[in-house]
Amino acid sequence: MKKWFEPLSSAWVGVVTHKLRSFLTILGIVIGVAAVIALMSIGRGAEATIISRIESLGSDLIIIYPGAVTQMGVKGATGSATSLTLEDAAAISEQVPYIAAVAPSYSTSLQVVVGAQNMNARVTGVTPEYMQAYNLNTTSGSFFSEYDYQRGAKIAVLGSNVKETLFEGADPVGQRLRMGNNIVRVIGVLESKGAMMGSTDDAILTPLTAMQQMVAQPRTSQGERVVSSIALTVSAEGQASYVVDEITSLLRSRHQLGPGAEDDFKITSLEEIASAMSEMIGTMTLLLGAIAAISLLVGGIGVMNIMLVSVLERTREIGIRKALGARERDIWGQFLIEAALLTFAGGIIGVTLGWVVSSVVSRTGLITTVVSADIVILAVSVSVGIGLFFGFYPAWNASRLNPIDALRSE
Amino acid sequence: MIRLQDITKVYPMGKRELEVLRGINLNIKRGEMVAVMGPSGSGKTTILNLIGCLDTPTSGSYYLEDREVSRLSSGELAHIRGQKIGFVFQTFNLLPRLSALANVELGLRYCGGGDRHQAMEALAKVGLSDRANHRPTELSGGEQQRVAIARALVKNPPLILADEPTGNLDSHSGEEIISILTTLHTEQGITLVIITHEANIAHQCQRIIHLKDGQVVAEEMA
Repeated sequence: MKKWFEPLSSAWVGVVTHKLRSFLTILGIVIGVAAVIALMSIGRGAEATIISRIESLGSDLIIIYPGAVTQMGVKGATGSATSLTLEDAAAISEQVPYIAAVAPSYSTSLQVVVGAQNMNARVTGVTPEYMQAYNLNTTSGSFFSEYDYQRGAKIAVLGSNVKETLFEGADPVGQRLRMGNNIVRVIGVLESKGAMMGSTDDAILTPLTAMQQMVAQPRTSQGERVVSSIALTVSAEGQASYVVDEITSLLRSRHQLGPGAEDDFKITSLEEIASAMSEMIGTMTLLLGAIAAISLLVGGIGVMNIMLVSVLERTREIGIRKALGARERDIWGQFLIEAALLTFAGGIIGVTLGWVVSSVVSRTGLITTVVSADIVILAVSVSVGIGLFFGFYPAWNASRLNPIDALRSE
Repeated sequence: MIRLQDITKVYPMGKRELEVLRGINLNIKRGEMVAVMGPSGSGKTTILNLIGCLDTPTSGSYYLEDREVSRLSSGELAHIRGQKIGFVFQTFNLLPRLSALANVELGLRYCGGGDRHQAMEALAKVGLSDRANHRPTELSGGEQQRVAIARALVKNPPLILADEPTGNLDSHSGEEIISILTTLHTEQGITLVIITHEANIAHQCQRIIHLKDGQVVAEEMA
């Protein structure tokens, strides 16, 4: 105990007797560690925020879009083809295993009028499974039932943005709105999902059966009814890629695509998007962390500089200690511990500062930052490591001083 | 206690070599109090450094307590300094940022232990119990030198070496210092080697060794 405590206490005395210089010495470390902590926590927070948004849509969600129309060699946008049909959805539902809900939908733009409010909205005809597939909740009212669907009730559930545009603060449930040439009753409002792929915030959902009465749903040459997308959820975890493969081969055979032909549909799974996103953000975070780490390196060089000066300045002290019987490793240890103590303190202050910065960022509400223990431990041990590394040479210099010359120095 | 045989010490001075000690033969018995006198450049301090194991001779042998120490490594020499030798310097050489007590405790630091109590005792011996928490800058020269003596004796070394301990002090403080050293010598039997310019101090020792140009030119019993 004493063996460890004594060198530590004399190193501590060395640090506190030069308060300003010690502070300036570790400033580089403080800033470096703070930057690492703040950037990493913001990066991780961003990752967590995005992942949780994706998951709120349902991480097991798979959406099938029609492919692109290729006209005279020019490929159009995904979804421009009219290749996906209600019958496809039925076939998937019957033939592909591990599927919980299949929700085909058909979207079109319609003029929607409520009183003086008038907007061109995307109206989507959906089946009752849509709610389950997209993991939707209503903030007021309710979603439509199987019964409503079967009888083609002219009712609508509004996305949160649409509700704001048309009704502002008022509760729209029970209100009527004009959609194209039809009067539709609002039965519910959806919870906001944020601006993400497949978000329903800007949608007006209505039973597909009612939609078919309101607008003419196009048909393919085989007479199947065209849909804009088919959403489905995978019931068994880890089976997403299997399900995607099954759907691909089913749709290819249904669409009579030859072995060389491109798919006329596109399957995206949120799981895939989520992992791609999180990988991308992870890379960004690492990059930012690496840039911040460079400032740690610069800070380390600053520590070395000051330690060299400090050894010069304390030559006489080193001489005295040597005369009193200090061996080279005692002196070496003293200066090394002092350097490590300095950068350790820098690390702690830096962590605190970085934590403050990241909680300020959290306060703004943009991102919920995450200061995780592993990064804190890493940052502090790296800063101690920097102290040991950059303190090594000055400490060695100090230990090699000749006691007679050292005692004679001014 | 101390036996020097044909000790020489040569310092390189650029291209030339400076012969500081030329064949010193010297015996100092346990419990003896010896003064070393001589003009500047006569090699007094070099001898003291050799005896204090701060330096090694160019040639010759040095036996400290019958152990040949002139060829030991710097680590072994440091160990001997820590265990057996106390230094008192002309310029006190206290650490300015430490209290008197902490400075004395520093003397225990490298000899394998001891506690604050022991350091307080040493301060009491030099009559500075009441100044334990003062820093060197808050003490007079004489008091600072007394702290330095306490630091040297706190580990109870058999040998204390003093390089002009009164050189920076007024005569009154100087006498105090010498009387403390004399008391240590008579009461604890510590072997003392004192370098001095002042004849009256030298004559309080048992033996005076005169150096000139790196050689012992005369010895007299005081």
